[in-house]
Amino acid sequence: MPAISIAKAPQPAATNPAQIRNFCIIAHIDHGKSTLADRMLGITGVVEDRNMRAQYLDRMDIERERGITIKSQAVRLPWRSGIDNQEYILNMIDTPGHVDFTYEVSRSLAACEGAVLLVDCAQGIEAQTLANLYLAMENNLTIIPVLNKIDLPAAQPEKFAIELANLIGCKPEDCLRVSGKTGAGVETLLDEIVKQIPPPIGDPKAPTRALIFDSVYDSYRGVVTYVRVVDGHLSPRDQIQMYSTGVRHEMLEVGVISPEPMASKGLGVGEVGYLITGVKDVRQSRVGDTVTTYNNPATVALAGYKDPKPMVFSGLFPLEGAEYPMLREALDKLQLNDAALVFEPESSDALGFGFRCGFLGLLHMEIVRERLEREAGLTLISTAPSVVYKVTLDDGKKIVVTNPSEYPDGKIAEVQEPIVKATILAPSEFIGTIMELCQQRRGVQKGMDYLSEDRVEIRYTLPLAEIVFDFFDQLKSRTKGYGSLDYEPIGEEAGDLVKVDILLQGEKVDAFSQIVHRDKAYAYGVTMTAKLRELIPRQQFEVPIQAAIGAKVIARENIRAIRKDVLAKCYGGDITRKRKLLEKQKEGKKRMKMVGRVEVPQEAFIAALTTDSDKASEKKK
Amino acid sequence: MNLAFYVHIPYCIKRCGYCDFNTYTPSELQITTGLKSITNSYTNLLIAEIKSARKQLGDQSTVPSIFFGGGTPSLMEASDIESIITAIGSEFDLASDVEITLESNPDTVDREKLENFYNAGVNRISFGMQSAVPHVLATLDRTHNPDNLYQVTQWASDVGFKEISVDLIYGTPGESKADWQKTIDTALSLPITHISAYALIIEEGTKLAAQIKRGEVGPVDDDLTAEKYIMADNAFTKFGFDWYELSNWSKPNSESKHNLAYWLGHNWWGAGPGAHSHINGKRFWNVKHPNLYKQKIDAGEAPVADSEDLQESQIESERLMLSIRLPSGVEKSTLNEKQILDLSGYVKSGHLDEGNWDNGRAALTLEGRLIADRIVREILL
Repeated sequence: MPAISIAKAPQPAATNPAQIRNFCIIAHIDHGKSTLADRMLGITGVVEDRNMRAQYLDRMDIERERGITIKSQAVRLPWRSGIDNQEYILNMIDTPGHVDFTYEVSRSLAACEGAVLLVDCAQGIEAQTLANLYLAMENNLTIIPVLNKIDLPAAQPEKFAIELANLIGCKPEDCLRVSGKTGAGVETLLDEIVKQIPPPIGDPKAPTRALIFDSVYDSYRGVVTYVRVVDGHLSPRDQIQMYSTGVRHEMLEVGVISPEPMASKGLGVGEVGYLITGVKDVRQSRVGDTVTTYNNPATVALAGYKDPKPMVFSGLFPLEGAEYPMLREALDKLQLNDAALVFEPESSDALGFGFRCGFLGLLHMEIVRERLEREAGLTLISTAPSVVYKVTLDDGKKIVVTNPSEYPDGKIAEVQEPIVKATILAPSEFIGTIMELCQQRRGVQKGMDYLSEDRVEIRYTLPLAEIVFDFFDQLKSRTKGYGSLDYEPIGEEAGDLVKVDILLQGEKVDAFSQIVHRDKAYAYGVTMTAKLRELIPRQQFEVPIQAAIGAKVIARENIRAIRKDVLAKCYGGDITRKRKLLEKQKEGKKRMKMVGRVEVPQEAFIAALTTDSDKASEKKK
Repeated sequence: MNLAFYVHIPYCIKRCGYCDFNTYTPSELQITTGLKSITNSYTNLLIAEIKSARKQLGDQSTVPSIFFGGGTPSLMEASDIESIITAIGSEFDLASDVEITLESNPDTVDREKLENFYNAGVNRISFGMQSAVPHVLATLDRTHNPDNLYQVTQWASDVGFKEISVDLIYGTPGESKADWQKTIDTALSLPITHISAYALIIEEGTKLAAQIKRGEVGPVDDDLTAEKYIMADNAFTKFGFDWYELSNWSKPNSESKHNLAYWLGHNWWGAGPGAHSHINGKRFWNVKHPNLYKQKIDAGEAPVADSEDLQESQIESERLMLSIRLPSGVEKSTLNEKQILDLSGYVKSGHLDEGNWDNGRAALTLEGRLIADRIVREILL
């Protein structure tokens, strides 16, 4: 029996680095990472069968429901190798699985010496997995290719073994085959981790340096910071210091997760664990930063620290104006746990008071919104996502625009927009439709490679704004769900961009303004005005809806004045019914937003601001 | 106090396709002995309810009006109608100028029956004409021959009725403007003193609603309906019928006193299944089904299904909602500053009459009448 009891296992702060293996699992959503992790917890004996629950390590409801890991986590697994019968400590560092969190992924990878590349052998590798694989290879990690779900009837391990072998330069037969579900091959995998992945190397006598690869806010403990010790050691008596800020903290607790937190006597070279300092805000304990000790501070930081930069901005407004303070409170609370989330108050003529929020990407945006709605019970309207534009005026003045309504009128010398390098993986039969989509979205093709006979990797550069606008949904629907996408920012380029305003009865509706490429302005104007004509009820006067670039109207629709709004009959028995109906309608009227004199129902804002992606997903149903 | 009486006659030979009123056909009630037997026994139930109303209210009330509505009141025997009027008169005081209206289907009366109703004390008769155009009547699922209207109104006039009204419906799917003009012209050629003209309301659960849903009958066009209202008002006014409520026009002094009682918030008692009453700020209404109604009356119980004590704000809402429907409109002195501000936009847009506004009243113009509900919503509390 390779499992060893935790009590007898090598203890934290007293484990020889030669006995330690730090690894992560790189996998796409749905490829079975959490199930495999569950299985490892069981086989190594850190979670007894009777305490086991599915996706043990995923902490948030959203994580479990969506099958994605938003934040990473590290678990200490004791293991007696079946090969040399020696005791080892395996630190499994769970990595977030989404493109929005690439930076967090890169820090998790930096905490490891090896990575298990886990691929569902009924589906093959996906673009994001590929991106993370490349990231792991850049970090010089030892890659162990693993085909998962071999128990599935649709499994094609031979085919995908060749694909993996081509990607990482090994032989197809080097790919391990496991089933997280049945446990088949998992013990072998643990043994191979010990055998193939090198032990951590560090100097125990040097000033302490530990890499922060995650930090999480806990309402009872404050911020819990996950670290990998590179040099020196951390002990409970230390005063620690954050390298980037120089701020000093008292250490309240240091420990390991196995898989529940356990305080320890410290952490030594190569060890992975957590520390608690009483800090209340994750921004004071940032991913990528170096932890050192106050008494003997390191003089050189660990490489790779950077501030997360929001890439996508959207306005969030409470449906009920009175919920604004609650929204602020909820955002403040969320920010304790999300260093990448930024926000500042925004007021919209149409939507009232809200916040302009910056996100790492679309998934991040969706998750934040969902958490605000779920955890704080708010109902929100979010405006169409926008990217960051750098506008240079004729007089040389530069402005950063994250909100289309702040886009300057006229006198613009140049607009720079963010550009990304996109990688798309898909079956080769979809090459044509993918290229068509990328061309429509102002993409420039950069290359194409066959991963295997019938799967290709297509590379494009695209404006981020084009990706933000329902690109992923389009890709999914054009490739029948098989296409996958990864992108990373590569800089900025000048674009021929204009702001399209929407006017109701001559009044600009700030929430509907959009920055688009000049060639697409007309189409946007036509679509938006037609949409609004359907969504806005008739008023007692005519309401023209116009789309305009500056003073130039590019599209126009008309909502005719309502002629009749009266019930003809009102006799004895009708009176109660009619009064109740009017009262109900009056309540509905209170939920209308006034744009000038025009009453616009909330639903119109929501529907108009929802991109076509929703229609696409409707179709898929 | 004044106490108007509404008497509900919940029977029809057949149900019309657009109708969602509380009425029943013999086949729905599984009656094989003919309607006459039920209407006779039904009369006794009504008289029992009238007596219990008296017990509840005391005998101080004067009755300015009685209205027999339905259903099809003209299916009743004149002797039954007379018994009911007599019962009301013996329990309460009938005003010397009491208005007694009976709704009549043009197909179910002849000269003799009209004369009998007149002799029974009915002095105002209202015919369900709806339209003069056969295909419109067919869509409405009405069975009468439009030519009968000349005959029955003439008979009514001949036997002594001074107050004769017709009900019209406009906005029926498939009704052209010319069709509606023909109906207007026909009505104006009749010897009548009063016209009620209603825009068709498609009530959920009716046969017509189902036909529209299935696409067998076209949808109602609200804009066209609005134009038809204006056509009607122009024509009626030209012929000396002035509007005194959104859907009602009359010759001078021929307004329906009974209907005005509803709009002015007076007290009334509704007798019969499903009938609503309003007594001093309290509304109550009877159980809907005739069989259940009979059970309750036979058991000596009040046939009331439910009631509502109106709060002050509700009374105010009803006052606004009802009085805006009348030419006199709402007195500005009864409105607060915000209400007046909210309404002032409608003066500018021509929906409220400027002259009246300056003289202290919020009264609808012709265009304003078409959006009365929208305007009321603006000022509801």
